[in-house]
Amino acid sequence: MVSWFPNKKLETLEQIKLRIESALPLTKLDILPNECPAGERSLVVDASRGLDVAKFLRDDAQLKLDYCSNVTGIDWPEAKIKTKVKKKVVVEGVEKEVEEIVETLRSGHLEVVYHLYSMELKHGPIVLRLRTANRTDQTHLPSFTPVWRGAEFQEREIFDLYGVIFDGHPDLRRILMWDEFVGFPMRRDYVEPDDFEYEPTPHDEVLDAAKKHYPVEVKAEVKPEVKA
Amino acid sequence: MIDEGLKSELQKQGVYVTSLQELYNWGRANSVWPLTFGLACCAIEMMAASMSRFDLARFGAEVFRPSPRQADLMIVAGTVTKKMAPLVVRLYNQMPEPKYVIAMGACAISGGPFKQGYNVLKGIDRYLPVDVAIPGCPPRPEALIHAIMTLQEKIRNQKLTGPDRPRHLNADVEGEYPVPAYGKHDLEPPKNPELWQPPTMTRT
Repeated sequence: MVSWFPNKKLETLEQIKLRIESALPLTKLDILPNECPAGERSLVVDASRGLDVAKFLRDDAQLKLDYCSNVTGIDWPEAKIKTKVKKKVVVEGVEKEVEEIVETLRSGHLEVVYHLYSMELKHGPIVLRLRTANRTDQTHLPSFTPVWRGAEFQEREIFDLYGVIFDGHPDLRRILMWDEFVGFPMRRDYVEPDDFEYEPTPHDEVLDAAKKHYPVEVKAEVKPEVKA
Repeated sequence: MIDEGLKSELQKQGVYVTSLQELYNWGRANSVWPLTFGLACCAIEMMAASMSRFDLARFGAEVFRPSPRQADLMIVAGTVTKKMAPLVVRLYNQMPEPKYVIAMGACAISGGPFKQGYNVLKGIDRYLPVDVAIPGCPPRPEALIHAIMTLQEKIRNQKLTGPDRPRHLNADVEGEYPVPAYGKHDLEPPKNPELWQPPTMTRT
């Protein structure tokens, strides 16, 4: 893992994972690989044990991750993922390598990502990921606000825009949208209100919306007329 | 009404002739007090305009009032989100007559780069009568000064009597504008139809 503080040696994610699992039995942890150049991997934590893991990371003498710098939400809709797999096939007695495309169905879920640092020991980040069971009715996750106070507004924002319900949050209300608002606008399947109005030079998606509202066939010449 | 040529001739001789309307408007135009009220990055330019380099005080508009009750001018400086719009209209309603509105920057005029967003009002002229609009993203302080000078020109040319007299001298005209309510997806109503009549497009 690339550290922001190159002089400080942080345990590897595998070591941290092992120590969490020995300190908190029955905890399910996964290390999520990352193929980007920075290679910042993250710990996927089971939601039911999330709070214990968070407390361990904060209080452990070697880690002391006392600062939650960022909380992010991600929406993963249900999708078919195509992956190329190399397979060895024996054709007429000769072994050949054949590429095969395997399609897997990814179930939809919401994800919350926490970036943790230690101010005291000057190391980090450790990236935590929590996933909900689905995107519709089981969108509960434990709130980390009791562990890191700074997560409060960011968790409220994720509740507001993604609809993740944080259990144990002291004040879970919408923060950016108004209270009467219905829906979660940052979800991939959010349908924006059709509030199209006059647009002098529509193009792209705006032109599509304009066609709906001005059903006359579109040609090169556009004449705006002021209504009396 | 006194002849302009005679007026300037008299002025050269040390006799100053004016009308009550001119005197009244002269006073009003040179003491336009804006409301301390910024919404986004345009407000930074507004602050710069009031500071010493651009010195809005030269135009009598440096007294930014922190209360709508003491302000004459609302500079809508920045993106008006749908959540903020009712509060902006309410602030406008709380200002005493005569009152004016400057829409500063692309966002306040039309929603600007955020126009297609689900949370942004597509221009404050949906709810408020805008006197001067300044294009720009954000407009330079000089542009704001130009807007204030344009507004001063407008105030100076207002006639105090007659059917097109300003609103504060006409008891029949309602000075308050309806405050929109928060709806499930949008503001209700999404615009003030008396104020905002968009041009209809005809495609040939």
